[in-house]
Amino acid sequence: MSTTPSPVPSTREAVIIGGNRIPFSRAGKKYVRTSNQDMFTAALEGLVARFGLQGERLGEVAGGAVLKHSKNFNLIRESVLGSSLSPATPAYDVQQACATGLEAAIAVTNKIKLGQIESAIAGGTDTVSDAPIVVSDRLRAALLDANHAKTTGAKIKALLPVLSHPKWLAPVSPSTGEPRTHLSMGEHQAITTAKWGITREDQDEVAYSSHQNLARAWESGFFDDLVTPYKGLTRDDNLRPDTSLEKLAKLKPVFGTSLEGAATMTAGNSTPLTDGASTVLFSSREWAEERDLPILAKFVDAETAAVDFVHGHEGLLMAPAAAVPRLLARNGLTLEDIDFFEIHEAFASTVLTTLAAWEDEEYCRTELGLDGAFGKIDRSKLNVNGSSLAAGHPFAATGGRIIATAAKLVAAKAAETGRPARALISVCAAGGLGAVAIVESA
Amino acid sequence: MADKSAPTDKYTVAVNRGLTKTIAKKLGLPRPAILRRYAPDAPLTVGPVLVVSDDASAADADAIAKALVSWDVDVRRSADGGDDLRWGGVVLVGTAAESPEAVSEAVLALGGTLRKLAGNGRVVVVSRAPEAGDSPTLAATRAGFEGFTRSVGKELRGGATANGVQLTGGAAVDSTSALGALRFFLSAKSAYVDGQVLPVGPSDAQADVDWKQPLAGKVAVVTGAARGIGAAIARTLARDGAKVIVVDVPAAGESLAAVANEIRGTALQLDVTAADAGTKILEATKHLGGIDILVHNAGILRDKLLANMKPAQWDAVIAVNLASQLRINEQLLAAGVDGLRIVSLASTSGIAGNKGQTNYAYSKSGVIGHTAATAPLVAQRGGTANAVAPGFIETEMTRSIPFATREVGRRIIPSLQQGGLPLDVAEAIAFLASPVAVGVNGQVLRVCGQSMLGK
Repeated sequence: MSTTPSPVPSTREAVIIGGNRIPFSRAGKKYVRTSNQDMFTAALEGLVARFGLQGERLGEVAGGAVLKHSKNFNLIRESVLGSSLSPATPAYDVQQACATGLEAAIAVTNKIKLGQIESAIAGGTDTVSDAPIVVSDRLRAALLDANHAKTTGAKIKALLPVLSHPKWLAPVSPSTGEPRTHLSMGEHQAITTAKWGITREDQDEVAYSSHQNLARAWESGFFDDLVTPYKGLTRDDNLRPDTSLEKLAKLKPVFGTSLEGAATMTAGNSTPLTDGASTVLFSSREWAEERDLPILAKFVDAETAAVDFVHGHEGLLMAPAAAVPRLLARNGLTLEDIDFFEIHEAFASTVLTTLAAWEDEEYCRTELGLDGAFGKIDRSKLNVNGSSLAAGHPFAATGGRIIATAAKLVAAKAAETGRPARALISVCAAGGLGAVAIVESA
Repeated sequence: MADKSAPTDKYTVAVNRGLTKTIAKKLGLPRPAILRRYAPDAPLTVGPVLVVSDDASAADADAIAKALVSWDVDVRRSADGGDDLRWGGVVLVGTAAESPEAVSEAVLALGGTLRKLAGNGRVVVVSRAPEAGDSPTLAATRAGFEGFTRSVGKELRGGATANGVQLTGGAAVDSTSALGALRFFLSAKSAYVDGQVLPVGPSDAQADVDWKQPLAGKVAVVTGAARGIGAAIARTLARDGAKVIVVDVPAAGESLAAVANEIRGTALQLDVTAADAGTKILEATKHLGGIDILVHNAGILRDKLLANMKPAQWDAVIAVNLASQLRINEQLLAAGVDGLRIVSLASTSGIAGNKGQTNYAYSKSGVIGHTAATAPLVAQRGGTANAVAPGFIETEMTRSIPFATREVGRRIIPSLQQGGLPLDVAEAIAFLASPVAVGVNGQVLRVCGQSMLGK
């Protein structure tokens, strides 16, 4: 139970005013041919409308996309220019795989804490339905050579090899596979899942709870001031309120099928490819108070970590397991002080392997440098309003979704109990990366 | 975002233009006029305004003429003028008339000007309401102006209208609200208000009114504002200077956000039937300094003959159109909001009844009922509660009505021979919500082009 607030930071506070996202949609459905810029602009416009920010010059807008066209070199700035914010609002792109949204929040809140800016929006967007299609490296080389050639003859000569190699014309599909291991994220996680002996039943249980919790949150109106409908979609369309453990148990495993032992990861307990965008409004306390805007929570502190997955020493998505103990220690907190655990469900087993690692004395001693097991969390505090398995996971948009949800949860809990409430946010990412943060009632 | 409110219908445009105009004229088809609507820098009226009165009301007529002069109107006290003269408006003042015989000269003087009333001209009759204790003769003299005004409305053509300002409770003709109502009826803002007699009570004189930004500094909440009439109301209140919070159900959030961003307002995704909707509205206005104006516009239709009506169809309409307003009003009254101006959307269906709309008519008639009962409650804190009853308004909703029914609604029933625009409803609401209308309380103002159905 949290009874005392975190130690007073040496810098000023960065507060969370609110968030807005568009409903998340499974790839190839509602947002087909909708660009990242369209979606992020829509999410921004909803946020501007919610807080009356038209014409406002904010300190900055930061965000990004994981799957990004090269033409979107200024994706976030272009979105700002297409929004109702003042065109004098600076912006920049951030990219840290699935941690993009959270990393953007860390960046802008640090600037707020330092007094460099008063207000900011952080967020992210991703689309698999409008992903870049890339030409083969050989075709690209031929095209570049032709472009650099000075005479028509030289141009033709540069392109000639393409004619004799029609296979070069085949496009390269977008991939989120790891460049160094050539394994997909699912295959990586399957190795970690097997290593920790996470059962199929436990994974399905996490998936089932995610759908149940998200459905209940939608029903109760929790998202009324967090989501603005887009293109006729009013709810996350990956949500299956009627799914059951029986239905989940019938799905065939899709990852880890070539490993020893039974494969356990299915389409039901792994996140689907998803399109969507999210935003969160941050500011200094003074900026919010001057405008009488609601202050939901404080963005207290954050930590990023990375693990060596390339040589097989650690699982690809295990970095948060290392980041959280460091973050809590720095803030003088333990797992007991956390009221809400928002652990991104890249896969149900990502959540479960992280929790298992924290409960393992040996692991915590050797890998995390702790004296013993980090601890066991109360599962009733885990992803209480659902997470990525139910909502879907548009990579860079997930951080914003979680921050806004966490901020609203701690605000409601503090109002109800009269005591400070805290949420721990944890997002794993490709490249063996992880970002985690503490959000506390204001 | 482009203004999505419906334009003047195609027929009306056609009979006012080129060859189709000539054909319509030859065939004797109805030829509705293109109605003049408000533009910030346009003159108040389309031409000079004549003020006539009976002898006893001459002093009141002088006071009105003086106000008109202060509004830069070309005011005349005599009907003399060249053949080319076309009146922008004629104001008949009968406030102090004491017998039916005494009004004849002024009334006939008005009659003599009607052939020279310009297109989109205005007739406004300023009279006093019969009061308890009036002698039968005085009561007859005063009451007569009501039927008179409505009849004049039916005789006018070319988009001209006739409306009445009916003073109550000893209100002075040059009190703020009396002049405010007169100005509204003379202006293009009342384009689709015709044949209406609006009771206006006493109000303190107000020194300087900013007629271009009458709602400057006010905070307004408009429900059902994602589209149609609600969006037009939000735009109009914002045009008049108000900070607007637009409310609609979460599912309508995308267009709601677009409206909010267009008018530099705030979007609140809220189902008005929620138990705490009033509290949520109060919370949302906090950062703007509290609520001044509440427009209950959210409404739904679930048409069905009563014999076939399912409980869900009846209950949904009552919940959204009526019960939500009652609950929100209660929560705002309990919070003790000073000077709160409430305007609710009623409907001519609520007055006249409409086949297949028993649920809707009950809800809209109920709105008229609670408005009258709420008026004295909000008046204690300097507020008002009024209703606006639209007739046939060109919206996405009415565009879905079958052709024949739609044409009857548009052409045959209203004196103005056309449907109104969402803007017309919005103008009436903006007027009732404005500081100058503080003397108008508990009233129902119809915006129906004088489609005189029902009582």
